[in-house]
Amino acid sequence: MVNVIIDGQKIQVPKNYTVLEAARSANIDIPTLCYLKGINEIGACRICVVEVKGARSLQAACVYPVSEGLEIRTNTPAVREARKVNLELILSNHDRKCLTCVRNRNCELQKLAEDLNVQNIRFEGETYRFPVDDFSPSIVRDPNKCVLCRRCVSVCKNIQTVSVIDAQERGFKTIVASAFNKPLSEVPCTMCGQCIVACPVGALREKDDVDRVWEMLSDETKHVVVQTAPAVRVALGEEFGMPIGTRVTGKMVAALRRIGFAKVFDTDTAADLTIMEEGTELLGRLKEGKNLPLITSCSPGWIKFCEHNYPEFLDNLSSCKSPHEMFGAIIKSYYAEKMGINPADIRVVSVMPCTAKKFESVRPELAATGTPDVDAVITTRELARMIKEAGIDFAALPDESFDNPFGDASGAGVIFGATGGVMEAALRTVAEILAGKPIDSIEYTAVRGVEGIKEAVVELPGRTIRAAVAHGLGNARKLLDRIKAGEAQYDFIEIMGCPGGCVTGGGQPIQPAKVRMDIDLKVARAKAIYDEDKSLPIRKSHENPFIKKLYEEFLGEPCGHKSHELLHTHYTKRTNY
Amino acid sequence: MNGQKCCTFVGTEEQAQKLKEVIEKHKNQKGALIPVLHEAQEIYGYLPLEVQKMISEGLNVPLTEIYGIVTFYTQFSLNPKGKYKISVCLGTACYVKGAGAIIDKIKEKIGIDVGECTEDGKFSLEATRCIGACGLAPVVTINDDVYGRLTVDDVEGILNKY
Ligand code: SF4
Ligand code: SF4
Ligand code: SF4
Ligand code: FES
Ligand code: FES
Repeated sequence: MVNVIIDGQKIQVPKNYTVLEAARSANIDIPTLCYLKGINEIGACRICVVEVKGARSLQAACVYPVSEGLEIRTNTPAVREARKVNLELILSNHDRKCLTCVRNRNCELQKLAEDLNVQNIRFEGETYRFPVDDFSPSIVRDPNKCVLCRRCVSVCKNIQTVSVIDAQERGFKTIVASAFNKPLSEVPCTMCGQCIVACPVGALREKDDVDRVWEMLSDETKHVVVQTAPAVRVALGEEFGMPIGTRVTGKMVAALRRIGFAKVFDTDTAADLTIMEEGTELLGRLKEGKNLPLITSCSPGWIKFCEHNYPEFLDNLSSCKSPHEMFGAIIKSYYAEKMGINPADIRVVSVMPCTAKKFESVRPELAATGTPDVDAVITTRELARMIKEAGIDFAALPDESFDNPFGDASGAGVIFGATGGVMEAALRTVAEILAGKPIDSIEYTAVRGVEGIKEAVVELPGRTIRAAVAHGLGNARKLLDRIKAGEAQYDFIEIMGCPGGCVTGGGQPIQPAKVRMDIDLKVARAKAIYDEDKSLPIRKSHENPFIKKLYEEFLGEPCGHKSHELLHTHYTKRTNY
Repeated sequence: MNGQKCCTFVGTEEQAQKLKEVIEKHKNQKGALIPVLHEAQEIYGYLPLEVQKMISEGLNVPLTEIYGIVTFYTQFSLNPKGKYKISVCLGTACYVKGAGAIIDKIKEKIGIDVGECTEDGKFSLEATRCIGACGLAPVVTINDDVYGRLTVDDVEGILNKY
């Protein structure tokens, strides 16, 4: 610990703190813009300047380390003026159309203008008009709103190790873009959307599919059903001002019904189906000793990353479609038949925490019944916008339940939303198949938690399984490189494209840097996921009665002929540039 | 920038071999990228996508980063120089005497923008800072030929000489 004095207040702080962290611990607010804890700590914007006794110029608090006896002043005329000038310079060439901006009222720049009391912009910036890149099915980039903070660059380069965006050109022409200014759809972008949730402003957003969904809903000849992923229910509340980690499952279902969907289904049920298929696939591969390790395939960001960067592992990927795609195929076959509806008249909408699922849904091979398995994917954020647009008072909604027969999911399906969840769900089922009888201890806690790479040797009846879990593509890369170098061997690997898994996916509510300084979103939202698991009566996928019925009445057996037609897929090697 | 006009890239086996050697030579050095880019530009005269890709793969540096560096430093060029390299001085003296209108006229005549090269590879166009011939302002050079005290009406005649 070291002693520092901030605005006359004597405090003790850990010696690895920055001035920004020290001030926060004394409840002194230093404004920031480019800083994002653990991701972008580069001192670029100089909004956070403070006076350091003995230093000749103002210093950036977000990168200035504390030391014994350091004296800091955060609220002097020089500090206030410098912050204002820096902000006004940024604002001078900013496309200030807040009213129609996707980040209106959730924008760090807007908030800064308010907090720093900027009422007049004294500079006239040289403005360049850049074209908006909306070629990607998932991500839209509007450089005219970019403040060049580089938070997206750091996430893409350092956390995801994808590196498809960076600062290009210089001076007034500086722009964050891809090489040769190619659209994101023409570079090896994984569509993970981590850049969007890192961006402080409206320069990055999801490709909006809300209007398409409204259109489907207003077409009376169509039977429009919706499904929601597990991670959506533990984050949607944030869009309505609720604390991070609030579970709003019941209200979410009620809202979807009021929006006008004919049926509200739970993707968790399909997650149970995925486990039946993937668990069976794993047992098969273990028996034959072929294509091991088996690597999970639920995360389309990870899949695209693998197709671009690790084509040699494509045979290791599970051939299972991701849960919502499986669900789409089942809805347009089994459900259509049961309900007597022509599959061509059904529209399946998925509400996902993920932007890569938008890209996934337009993959041509994911169309088991002739039309796409899933017709539209909207993110948690887009759902919130629909709820607001429909004039629904979310907080006042009653709790309602998902529709049957697809409503009941097991806890195993729920935990898919957190890193380690798919692995744990699969182990619950595989263990019982191997044992041939029910097993009570079902919480495989070794694979939970937020470390980047988790390893566990799991003793299953008659067989040991070497398992690994990685989340975030940088960790996936590390893990795969270790395997390639012969340094590690596994039987079963779960990989999620986003750090923290789906709960912190690229389609989730965006929390500002200030909140993320104090709260680890991964932890807070994952806790809600595990609470939901605990609360459910059925916690193993193969015990889900609907799943049993589905196999009896329709599919036959896991990984059987019909499953292969409807529930499995294949992958394509993709080039880089 | 994307969609710029340019002649298509044609590299020879020999050039590719040379670049490979350069990459090999610097591969395990720290800060290898800048010297490799310099040598690559010497080999090819400019740094198009194809060349940057070879460097990206060879040095295992993301293409995005390489492109960022190439566009940041003015000494690197994304476009080939034409057989005839037109440079229009946009220094203060030339600018005041109407270099802006001259460059516009040249653009119109040969149909390319600053930093580009005509599709047949004949002309390339660039804007420069003061070249120290202010007495002749406005000044245009084409390879080693210097043209001074120009008016917009002179442009066509000069271009026709090439
Ligand atoms: S990015 Fe922020 S400041 Fe800029 S227009 Fe959008 S809401 Fe307004
Ligand atoms: S979506 Fe992911 S891969 Fe694509 S630019 Fe953003 S962070 Fe990078
Ligand atoms: S796109 Fe957003 S995150 Fe990226 S540099 Fe611009 S403002 Fe920052
Ligand atoms: S320099 Fe500290 S927040 Fe940008
Ligand atoms: S300004 Fe053109 S030569 Fe000096």
